[in-house]
Amino acid sequence: MDISNYIYLSAILFTIGAIGVVVRRNAIVVFMCIELMLNAANLAFVTFSRIHGNLAGQVTSFFTMVVAACEVVVGLAIIVAIYRSRRSASVDDASLLKR
Amino acid sequence: MTISTNLIYFIALPLFSSGLLLLLGRKADKWGHIFATLVSASVFVIGVIEFFAMQGREGEARAATQKLFEWISVGSLQVDAGLLLDQLSICFVLLISGVGTLIHIYSIAYMSHDRDRRRFFAYLNLFIAAMLLLVLGDSYLNLYVGWEGVGLASYLLIGFWNEKPAYATAAKKAFVANRVGDVGLSLAIMIAFTQFGTVTFAGVKEGASGASAGALTAIGAMLLLAAAGKSAQFPLQSWLGDAMAGPTPVSALIHAATMVTAGVYLITRSNFIFDASPTAQLMVVIVGAITLLFGALIGTAKDDIKKALAASTMSQIGYMILATGLGPIGYAFAIMHLVTHGFFKAGMFLGAGSVMHGMNDEVNMRRYGALRKVMPITAATFGLGYLAILGVPPFAGFYSKDKIIETAFDSGGIQGILLGSITLLGAGITAFYMTRVMVLTFTGTKRWDEKAHPHESPFIMWAPMAALAIGSVASGFLLNSGSALVNWLQPVVNENQEYHSEHLLPPIVVSIMALTVVAIGVAIAVLKYRTVPVVAPENVLGITKAARKDLYQDSFNEAVFMRPGQKLTAGLVNTDYKVVDGLVRLVGWVVQISASNLRNIQNGYVRSYALIMVLGVIALIAAVWMVTL
Repeated sequence: MDISNYIYLSAILFTIGAIGVVVRRNAIVVFMCIELMLNAANLAFVTFSRIHGNLAGQVTSFFTMVVAACEVVVGLAIIVAIYRSRRSASVDDASLLKR
Repeated sequence: MTISTNLIYFIALPLFSSGLLLLLGRKADKWGHIFATLVSASVFVIGVIEFFAMQGREGEARAATQKLFEWISVGSLQVDAGLLLDQLSICFVLLISGVGTLIHIYSIAYMSHDRDRRRFFAYLNLFIAAMLLLVLGDSYLNLYVGWEGVGLASYLLIGFWNEKPAYATAAKKAFVANRVGDVGLSLAIMIAFTQFGTVTFAGVKEGASGASAGALTAIGAMLLLAAAGKSAQFPLQSWLGDAMAGPTPVSALIHAATMVTAGVYLITRSNFIFDASPTAQLMVVIVGAITLLFGALIGTAKDDIKKALAASTMSQIGYMILATGLGPIGYAFAIMHLVTHGFFKAGMFLGAGSVMHGMNDEVNMRRYGALRKVMPITAATFGLGYLAILGVPPFAGFYSKDKIIETAFDSGGIQGILLGSITLLGAGITAFYMTRVMVLTFTGTKRWDEKAHPHESPFIMWAPMAALAIGSVASGFLLNSGSALVNWLQPVVNENQEYHSEHLLPPIVVSIMALTVVAIGVAIAVLKYRTVPVVAPENVLGITKAARKDLYQDSFNEAVFMRPGQKLTAGLVNTDYKVVDGLVRLVGWVVQISASNLRNIQNGYVRSYALIMVLGVIALIAAVWMVTL
């Protein structure tokens, strides 16, 4: 199997994630889309690592996972806090900084 | 030259008094007028003392100087604040302080009902101080200070009743017209400095002998412009009529002793420049001749007694200016006419004030008539002044005016005949309009307002009038006996002792001609004004209509200078608003518009920020891709 298919998959996943972030209003879904984009990036890293026979890409994907885990903790906490105060998980409702 | 230490008192005393009265304010209300009058009188006394001291000295030593302090010392420009009292200055000092003091005394009564009488006297003293500085300065720059001071004092006095907008406007008009002349004086000083490196009279006189004709003519023309401004000569004469807005004593002061005489003084003082430049002299003569007729014509049509007298002043100063343009022999006659005119015109103005005082400030002569019965003293003093201005022998005007007419005839050639005829014609018109004033005011039938109860003025008002009337009678004879004034002024204005030995016409013939013309003028006026309608008739000759409107001088000034000037300023303001301000506002507008558009991006929706970020990343990648491709 051609190794470049992994890159295509990564690009598709990233695109789905990006579109999801832009299109969806629910904060949880947006969050999952961000995770999707991170993992698409991880897939790309691992693939390139494999292609070039260099471990740096695989190491970086671990870093990404750690960062993603931290981000999920903080992000979910924020979403829960917003939901508690505003009774809504819609990102469009959280636009207080505008005015 | 004698060194003196007393000259400063001429200026310091009235200046101090003026400052004191202004600074003390209402506290000085009780005694301010007495104090100012005493100061003015003491200046006159000092003048008399100095006059006799001067007579005690001989030749060169007659002129006295006093150096006050080093004023300006910049590079080659060295100007001392110095005073010079010579034979010419002393005439003016005596006239200014003498007539000035009489006017002060008169004003005590005339202004007694005015709550600002003290301020009025402070200004009068300021006027005297400025005028004395003008005639006592020993350089053009010192003269200039007095010149400006006179302008300021006249502005303050003409606009003394500045609560009336028309009066305030008249004061402004006088000030602006004077400023035009002042530009001439400052230019003359600048040219004199560049040419001679000095601005003292002595220095300029020394330099004038070796200067180029062009420079001398330029200085002369600029000096003439200055004189025209202060002395209300054509083309800057329009302020004089409106200056009647001031209280009547001010008019007397302006017309007789100060202000309008300044121009004659300036030209006489600068005789060395005009003698060396025939072109400048010719200009002086032309201006004098035009103004002489101009003023006389205006005088024939004015119903306002003060304005009629003002026009008369314009005309008489025209005589003086014309005489100063006739060369070394003319100056002394100009000064003689100035002195005699000072007496009779001050007397007549005070008389007019006295009439107004009795007639509830009515100035329209058509509402006077038959006043000689109720105001015998005013009528008598006014009448003596009237005879003097007509030039009836042996009154003062006869000696001075006849001399000017004679000199005009003698100036030679066509010019002489022309000038002589103009002065003769002027004398005739003078006789007409002055007779008109006399007839309308003092004889004929009563045309008074119902509310008017004319009465003779108090002693303190008619005493100065009587003193001036004596001057109107005697001054001409005294100044002329043995050519007293001519010989007295000769060292200043006629060093080379030039005299016309041959006369075009014998003096007696000139006198007879002048008297004939005067008699004709009087006769016409008497016949014409046997009956006087209370309302000025409308169906009159075009020239009368024009004269009523000051021969359209105001309309001319407005059409030629004021309206275009206003248009120019309006245009400039518009340009400033639209172009300069417009550019600045455009910059602001662009920033504002773009900001308000850019602000829409910051809509607070996380998703749109994310979209912009995505698009930005795509654009960045595309750019990198394009470059590396």
